[in-house]
Amino acid sequence: MPALLIKNGRVIDPASGHDAVADVWIEDGVIRGVGPNLSPGGAEVFDASGLIVAPGFIDMHVHLREPGFEHSESIESGARAAAAGGFTSICPMPNTAPVNDSPTVTTYIIEKARRHAVVNVFPIGAITRGSKGEELAAIGSMRQAGAVAISDDGRPVMNAQLMRRAMEFARSFHMPVINHCEDLHLSAGGDMHEGVESVRLGLRGIPGSSEDVMVARDILLAEVTGARYHVAHISSRHSVEMVAYAKLKGLPVTSEATPHHLTLTDAGMIPYDSNYKMKPPLRSSSDVNAVVEGVVTGAIDAIATDHAPHAGSEKMQEFEKCPFGIIGLETALGIALECLLHSGKINLNRLVELFTINPARILGLERGTLAPGTTADVTIFSTEQQWTYDVNKSFSKSRNTPFDGASFRGGPVATIVAGQIVWKA
Amino acid sequence: MKGLLGIEDLTRDEVQAILDRARHFQVGPGQRFRKFDLLKGRMVVNLFFENSTRTRTSFELAAKGLGADAVSITAQASSVAKGESLVDTLNTLGAMRPDAIIMRHSASGAPHFLQRHLGIPIINAGDGTHEHPTQALLDARTILDRGKQLEGLRVAIIGDIAHSRVARSNVFLLAKYGADIVLCGPASLLPPELKQLAPGVTLTTDMDEAIRNADVIMMLRVQLERQHEAAFPAGEYFPFYGLRLEHLKLAKADVIVMHPGPINRGREISSEVADSQRSAILNQVENGISVRMAVLERVLSGEQNAGAAH
Repeated sequence: MPALLIKNGRVIDPASGHDAVADVWIEDGVIRGVGPNLSPGGAEVFDASGLIVAPGFIDMHVHLREPGFEHSESIESGARAAAAGGFTSICPMPNTAPVNDSPTVTTYIIEKARRHAVVNVFPIGAITRGSKGEELAAIGSMRQAGAVAISDDGRPVMNAQLMRRAMEFARSFHMPVINHCEDLHLSAGGDMHEGVESVRLGLRGIPGSSEDVMVARDILLAEVTGARYHVAHISSRHSVEMVAYAKLKGLPVTSEATPHHLTLTDAGMIPYDSNYKMKPPLRSSSDVNAVVEGVVTGAIDAIATDHAPHAGSEKMQEFEKCPFGIIGLETALGIALECLLHSGKINLNRLVELFTINPARILGLERGTLAPGTTADVTIFSTEQQWTYDVNKSFSKSRNTPFDGASFRGGPVATIVAGQIVWKA
Repeated sequence: MKGLLGIEDLTRDEVQAILDRARHFQVGPGQRFRKFDLLKGRMVVNLFFENSTRTRTSFELAAKGLGADAVSITAQASSVAKGESLVDTLNTLGAMRPDAIIMRHSASGAPHFLQRHLGIPIINAGDGTHEHPTQALLDARTILDRGKQLEGLRVAIIGDIAHSRVARSNVFLLAKYGADIVLCGPASLLPPELKQLAPGVTLTTDMDEAIRNADVIMMLRVQLERQHEAAFPAGEYFPFYGLRLEHLKLAKADVIVMHPGPINRGREISSEVADSQRSAILNQVENGISVRMAVLERVLSGEQNAGAAH
């Protein structure tokens, strides 16, 4: 493989504190150097003038639907959508069929990804067998097989004692425990956020408290067990407050927010359109403001998409019958630039952190930086180029998004994995 | 193409036009409904995914009374039972070129969802716990027939508000006239956000307070089939939220008692009240036909040209 020289971009690497126009020299799949006026002989040149050159983005929360639901997405198609969104690494949740609750399934995913995925795939294993919330899954063996965290995403562990044991066990293997926080009794039957909109539309509500009581429980358990605990797709203002409190107390608690929870509200959804149906639901504007503020103040550490593909026929039904979730890999950066950077809420360094070194640290991945010697995963993006999202051109097999036709200022330009350009705008 | 999905989307003038037109179709006591040929040659499909006696029958009679052909389909008898999706069922029916589809469905928003994908006007005959627009229209017609004005009217709506499409449609309609609307029920069936539904809405869990000075009392059926867990202790509904004769003394002397039916005697309303002079329950049923004639005429007459193009 010839060397690659990314020239004249603004190189932002929060982990090393680098933020200046520079060249990035890549050879043999690793970063060889970052600095002004590099000129290795025989290198292919990528002109990044006017663009941002950042460590490869990491999406720590996606659903690739394989094995089991390949009509909605596959490891291959999901990885292509990730590359088109500027992501070089993605972490699929274990709710496949079979559930990723054993080293066999973990190995299957990793092998399949090695052969067919254009980006890195770091699987997340289940907390309990079959994610049924009854007995612990083979956590240690999944770790050995390559799982980077555990979660029963979508089917949260309701039994507090079991959650405590999971945290204790995961700590022994230095794995973070990620929870989709939802008290299933409080949210039972709900289709959207509980509030004036659900009352007006006659839809059953999912109260903010269904998220909050589980975040509260888990933070207390994290303190008891000393486990590294991560709140997935945080969406309610009280949950953001509690994570901030846990951090203040010095607990190893982190959280992520999705692009849609940073921008959309229950009042803004098109009534009964399932492209606005997800868990947690789109909440009130005060919750959305709190999530944005959480990103600003640091209560929220990462942006993750919760990319959740569903085939068209599944989303073309009565609202209450439609499955939860939307795709999000290709629009994440455009949305984040819009609502966080262009709005003046955070600077570019912080934005890059949210997509790179922070998720890498949470998961213990040796990624998320451009330090010489590390794997050459690089995301090149623009903060200015205007573009419009056309979901019919998506690499995902599914089309469920409320952002079809949305216009953005800035987005991914090229995605480089281990020194190879895997996608270019 | 314009159906009738809900009261919320209508202007006060549109509501008033339907109420006015309904008078034209009313008949005196003991008389049969008159026949018209205003919608001769038109066809409507009654598509009911939920059980219904009065609504389905009265839509059918209303269509026939205007000279239209009416076909009634219940979900159990249709291919829905064989696993056909809602969209496919409606597309199949649509291919038979009806001029309108009258639809009842247990899912809130089902007619709204379909209207986005279908070119035929849909008349909502009740969607889940969302709206039941023709019920609110016939309720308003009934109130007016008793010589009351909707402006400034004090209306108590009592019962399972959370799950009631009748309550929502009535709130939207009455608020357009500046009525004073009191919603009452146990707190578990009375979400506080109801207050923001429309201007003029207040909430109380105290039945006496709700009824005091009321011009109209609307009782709702307890919809056990829509409650996914017990919202109140067994046996505690009627003692605290059932309407009994003694309650009527708190209301205005000429108060009228309404109920969308079917009534559960001894659960939300005592027999004495249901059968009393103050009850307008049978007038509501009667007005169901004239109001639905006015709605069908309105929806279908706007369709003349589109219909010819089929």
